[in-house]
Amino acid sequence: MEMPSPDPAILARKAHLVRRLTAVLPADALIQDEMETRAYECDALTAYKCPPLLAVLPRSTQEVSDVLRICYEEGVPVVPRGAGTSLAGGALPTADSVILGVARMNEVLETDYDNRIIKVQTGRTNLSVSGAVEEEEFFYAPDPSSQLACAIAGNIAMNSGGAHCLKYGVTTNNLMGVTLVMMDGTVVEIGGAHLDAGGLDLLGVICGSEGQLGVVTEATLRILRKPEGARPVLIGYDSNEVAGACVSDIIKAGVLPVAIEFMDRPCIEACEAFAKAGYPMCEALLIIEVEGSEDEIAHQLQLITDIARRHNPVELREAHDADEAGRIWLGRKSAFGAMGQINDYMCLDGTIPVSSLPFVLRRIGELSQEFGLDVANVFHAGDGNMHPLILFDANKPGDLELCEEFGAEVLKLCVDAGGCLTGEHGVGIEKRDLMLYQYAPEDLEAQLRVKDVFDPKWLLNPAKVFPLSVTETRRASALAAE
Amino acid sequence: MMIPQNEAELAEILASAKAPLNIQGGGTRGFAVAGDTLSTSGLTGIELYEPGSLTLVAKAGTTIAEIETLLDDEGQRLAFEPMDSRGLLATTGAPTIGGAFAANASGPRRIQGGAARDHLLGVRFVDGVGGIIKNGGRVMKNVTGYDLVKLMAGAHGTLGVLTEVSLKVLPKPEAAGTISVSVVDLSAAVAAMSVALGSPYDVSGASYDPAAGLAHVRVEGFAQSVQYRSGQLAQELARFGAVEEQIGAHELWQDIRDVAGFHGQAGDVWRISVKPSDAVVLAPALQAEALQFDWGGGLIWALMPEGSDLRARMGQTGVQGHATLVRSSQKIRAKLGQFAPQPAPLDVISKGLRQQFDPNGVLNSGLMG
Repeated sequence: MEMPSPDPAILARKAHLVRRLTAVLPADALIQDEMETRAYECDALTAYKCPPLLAVLPRSTQEVSDVLRICYEEGVPVVPRGAGTSLAGGALPTADSVILGVARMNEVLETDYDNRIIKVQTGRTNLSVSGAVEEEEFFYAPDPSSQLACAIAGNIAMNSGGAHCLKYGVTTNNLMGVTLVMMDGTVVEIGGAHLDAGGLDLLGVICGSEGQLGVVTEATLRILRKPEGARPVLIGYDSNEVAGACVSDIIKAGVLPVAIEFMDRPCIEACEAFAKAGYPMCEALLIIEVEGSEDEIAHQLQLITDIARRHNPVELREAHDADEAGRIWLGRKSAFGAMGQINDYMCLDGTIPVSSLPFVLRRIGELSQEFGLDVANVFHAGDGNMHPLILFDANKPGDLELCEEFGAEVLKLCVDAGGCLTGEHGVGIEKRDLMLYQYAPEDLEAQLRVKDVFDPKWLLNPAKVFPLSVTETRRASALAAE
Repeated sequence: MMIPQNEAELAEILASAKAPLNIQGGGTRGFAVAGDTLSTSGLTGIELYEPGSLTLVAKAGTTIAEIETLLDDEGQRLAFEPMDSRGLLATTGAPTIGGAFAANASGPRRIQGGAARDHLLGVRFVDGVGGIIKNGGRVMKNVTGYDLVKLMAGAHGTLGVLTEVSLKVLPKPEAAGTISVSVVDLSAAVAAMSVALGSPYDVSGASYDPAAGLAHVRVEGFAQSVQYRSGQLAQELARFGAVEEQIGAHELWQDIRDVAGFHGQAGDVWRISVKPSDAVVLAPALQAEALQFDWGGGLIWALMPEGSDLRARMGQTGVQGHATLVRSSQKIRAKLGQFAPQPAPLDVISKGLRQQFDPNGVLNSGLMG
């Protein structure tokens, strides 16, 4: 993965930049030592690493504003960072960039149950937002798998989803307001405790902009009352096609479960070996969860199992209590860990129309043969968000490249099927070069024009999202203006 | 009136446009500006409908009526409940799907199911210089590049003319129930709605009609579940006043959505979005002739004496939010502006975006600032 070469003029000004930043930051908020900046050399896409010039860890919106203003004046690129859990390389630095980490900004600023909102600093982790309102039986709905570690800042940057977004939506559907610091240091308030911010939907375009339009330091989030209860059912089939048809029939029947998870045989085998959840050995496994009171749950599970039975399942297992529910989820929740035990893996994130599921799974199987790399599929079937896990050996020369090539083919397949490159992880550097497969140059140009407005000097996370060739002129002219 | 029959024709018109145009879908929502009308009513047809994937793709000028008929056959619906503005604004014509998204027209279900923009998955549009642009797609989860889909929803045609929309549809629930509570005043109504919305019973509507002194709460789903939740809510809300439960009440919610109480009444109509509990502070300060509340108090419809500067009165209360002038004479609209002016830094961004997408100022120029 190519990254722009660092600007020697910026590298030469490190001491000057340190002096300026020291004037506005507490001593412990600036990291300049080369051993220490290494902690910020990558995110969860560990195949790519590069220590930044400096890292700053501000504690307030004012400090973020000061840092950005100085970097703006000095023409230094800034890479915003939440918790560093991006699987797409969204927080990968360049050697001439400043990492701006919001991890120390993790306060709850306001909880308001009457109006069903919480206002937090964005360094707060996703799970601890729910944790802050748990006492009153409320929760924050988007639940990415990394929710224990990932920060709201990163959730907003990537418009993160999760297993339960079939019912509750993704980050953008639960975000009501932000405090945004622009690259020149201007602090902007958008939206708030009222629904639908006035004017153009800037909130909508900021969410998912991968830290390229501004740094979000505070967020007002919608919180919801927890349902009375939830229970899953596990259904096994001897073919992917049949499992896909079952999902489609359930949705058509008007049942809207909170989650429909799908695992294929390689994934079931790996999870079973790892977690021993007692999964049946079959071609496809569905875990479907519904919510409500005991009676409501029973009724919905009845409808679901009736439909499932019409497709002749090899296994159908309802959870009757929390323990059984836990066992059903156990394997699924350890899927990524299980894969990690077997091998190095790359996790893809394409989305497809649910109707194309059987075709896409078959084709992935064929590609797996062609490339000679194993792949396991685990994904959110209700919304078509796939997570094929391609297994490779990082120590074997050429295997990573082969894996990336295979991954690219799978993502192109998703686009061909009417879907997209990424459903919830973001483009980052990982899928940057495939953007022209999904979008025409003029479609990308329209997006670049938005960045031109928010960040005319192209200093915020400039080497991400778009192919470098597409952004080259803009990045170069910003440099030349220095 | 220009009525292009396809996207290419529309692009050609915009590429050569010299003067400001009035961009129009069905022309029912009261956002007309001066200038020749460019209508999307020639761009019609449903391109794709997959009930099992909950997605539909249609040309922007397709009428909502046509889409709803098709969805109804499959037991599905547009869950964002787009308002039919014709009664309130005395407009004629047929509301279009493009117009509903351009106005981000969201009904009572906004509080639970989201706004129109939350159901828009992808767009094709033509910018102010004739460029054809695509964003998003037809899948539920998509974070590939910037979300211009959201930016286009609610832009009222000022950044581009929608030509095709791809949207999420949802199953029509088996049943609906409404719990109506007699409350003493607005404060009690907001408190009651807050209890309902903070309950685990998945409330999909919370509205207050001050004239009748009734707060209405809606639940939807399978019949037995509706019955159960309706019963639970009736119990919890009994402390606010006498409670009545009814099944269905489809027309009541249609009236709430369309602000039927104001139909045919003289005066300006304003639509205000605030934090629900702020409704209690704001409402008396408005000196309105009539008020309607939705979204648990977060959406206020105000019928005002002609020419009153509602935003000035709102400003004095310090309540955050925004007010849109939905119905008034041309003269008052010119004086007060339909959309609330934005704080300076946001205004700079919005102007910057309009400059990028409509450098010649031909798309509903001046409508949003």
